[in-house]
Amino acid sequence: MSLSGKLPRAGLGSLVLIAAVLGGGVVAFAYTAGWLSPGRLTPERMIEAFAPPSGAALGHRRNHAKGICFTGTFEANGNGAELSRAKVFEQGRYQALGRFNLGTTDPNAVDATVRVRGLGLQITAADGEEWRTAMINPPFFAVSTPQAFHDLLIASGKKDPEAMKAFIAANPEFSAFAAWAKTAPWTGSYAEEPYHSLNSFIFTDAKGRDRTVRWSLLPSAQPVPVSQADLEKRGPDYLEQEITERIRAAGPLRWTMVTTVAEPGDPTADPSKAWPENRRKVQVGTLIVQRIEPERDGPCRDVNFDPTVLPQGIRVSDDPFPAARSSVYRRSYDLRAAEAKDYPRTGTAKP
Amino acid sequence: MTNAPRRFALIQRLLHWLMAVCILAMLFIGAGMVSTVAPKYLPLILVHKTLGFTLLILVLIRLALRLYYGAPPLPADLPGAMKLGARLSHQLLYGLMIVMPLLGLGMLWAAAYPVVLYGGFQIPALLPQSDGVHTLLWNAHVYLGFAFFALVLLHVAAGLFHALVRRDGVFETISLLRPRNRMTAAE
Ligand code: HEM
Ligand code: HEM
Ligand code: HEM
Repeated sequence: MSLSGKLPRAGLGSLVLIAAVLGGGVVAFAYTAGWLSPGRLTPERMIEAFAPPSGAALGHRRNHAKGICFTGTFEANGNGAELSRAKVFEQGRYQALGRFNLGTTDPNAVDATVRVRGLGLQITAADGEEWRTAMINPPFFAVSTPQAFHDLLIASGKKDPEAMKAFIAANPEFSAFAAWAKTAPWTGSYAEEPYHSLNSFIFTDAKGRDRTVRWSLLPSAQPVPVSQADLEKRGPDYLEQEITERIRAAGPLRWTMVTTVAEPGDPTADPSKAWPENRRKVQVGTLIVQRIEPERDGPCRDVNFDPTVLPQGIRVSDDPFPAARSSVYRRSYDLRAAEAKDYPRTGTAKP
Repeated sequence: MTNAPRRFALIQRLLHWLMAVCILAMLFIGAGMVSTVAPKYLPLILVHKTLGFTLLILVLIRLALRLYYGAPPLPADLPGAMKLGARLSHQLLYGLMIVMPLLGLGMLWAAAYPVVLYGGFQIPALLPQSDGVHTLLWNAHVYLGFAFFALVLLHVAAGLFHALVRRDGVFETISLLRPRNRMTAAE
């Protein structure tokens, strides 16, 4: 029974069928991987949009690249348990690790040139379950959708002034953010800033009831406004020096964590829209920052503050940002870990 | 060889097809999820991790069954090169079925990223964070993923070749359906 004896009977048809199955498989795979859809918003394209003309800073975060690590404690007062069954809301003290940072792609940026300040935070429950969040100081986000954020990065990277005009025309929500950026007072310390989740999430209580919330960290330090020019005079890395010195001199720093509960009809899917002031607010605990360490060898370097790392009792809402951020932060982490030799650790720590 | 089975045991055949569907799904989910920032990214990666981990357990069961039941012999008239190709490709497929989930898990462990599966089931990290290890495992997961897909395509082509062109009974050894026309060596 030789091969050649069989072929005529089986016919060319079978071979064509086999070829079609293989070809179809390859095409379907290529389509799924986005290779046939150059318009798809992929994490790669988002990362490319961040890169300055000189190229990304290798080994560093692709955004919020300048930062400094902290460690401390999250002290839950127990009030949060009424909103969410997450263990970190049960009264008690939980390990906290985080990073003060600036919303820039340049790890050597001059502090006074960066408008947005951020805080990455990881709270670990007693059994090791983690909650990660990355928050910023403006009271609402610049744009309504991840696609609009991409378009903003592209437009603001162009020299042509018409590009930004066209962007704002297409994304009018940006003007509120532009106004905030222009008028909100600057402070001279990470300790004097509030940090907001901006994205909404769903808290589930012990009875299974869902509530959509956002959370904020409100500083106990009194904000002292400074002009941008004065801040610039204090030096390019003033904020990192200041926070280190402040803790050395005055001890731990505190923020109150406040969750705001949405009411039906509130824009839960759009972080560029603040919710009305009179929404129910619950103070769930206090973040106590005890120790500052430089990023290079610090404990926050290797953490991806992916806002979708959530404990049982918190999950994502209809806000499209956390998913987009998770996908892009993963990519950013993959890249910066692979480039670690371009941002070498100084030694004693791990390889 | 005389008492070698004529077909794979039913449980082996069931596992083959169940895992075939799931592995194809894994490859497509993997490629799809890393190329999107849409909300579906989160359910996709959750399924990817959960199903991938489940497949790791299934392949171990499958290998145990394989050792216990063995496999039907290939047709005596199959050219030696094809027999070798079949044996090697099957070993590679088994290897990839074991290695891919391990790489996926290891990659997340080495990134200090909690591995939480469907239902909140958390797998403790067995590796410490390491840039070097993460990069190695990540690259391996990506490139072996593509190699896996290529090998599966080759395997499907070979399977269809047996079924449609050679009609030598090899496909019937793994098929879930009763063979329609029993093949005999004399046919
Ligand atoms: C689609 C929209 C967004 C994209 C593409 C994006 C992108 C990124 C990237 C690539 C990083 C670096 C991640 C890493 O390597 O670990 C990052 C960090 C960060 N992002 Fe976003 N981001 C987005 C939206 C937001 C929003 C809405 C907020 C605040 C509410 C935010 C706050 C932060 C903060 C605070 C960090 C620094 C975290 C850290 O210290 O590691 N981002 N972002
Ligand atoms: C992801 C998909 C698949 C994987 C990972 C896979 C894996 C395997 C493995 C490891 C074997 C060897 C069994 C053993 O000797 O213990 C096998 C046998 C076989 N597979 Fe698949 N398979 C897949 C899909 C398919 C498909 C779609 C077909 C359909 C054409 C197919 C047809 C066959 C046939 C005909 C055999 C029997 C070979 C023999 O008797 O030696 N497989 N498969
Ligand atoms: C049979 C098992 C598996 C197969 C066939 C598979 C396949 C794939 C493929 C094709 C990709 C896309 C690679 C790319 O184009 O970049 C991928 C990515 C990924 N897989 Fe898997 N995978 C498997 C198991 C797992 C498991 C068990 C986990 C974790 C628990 C996992 C975690 C991941 C992650 C996190 C990514 C994204 C990698 C990145 O770009 O950061 N995989 N996988």
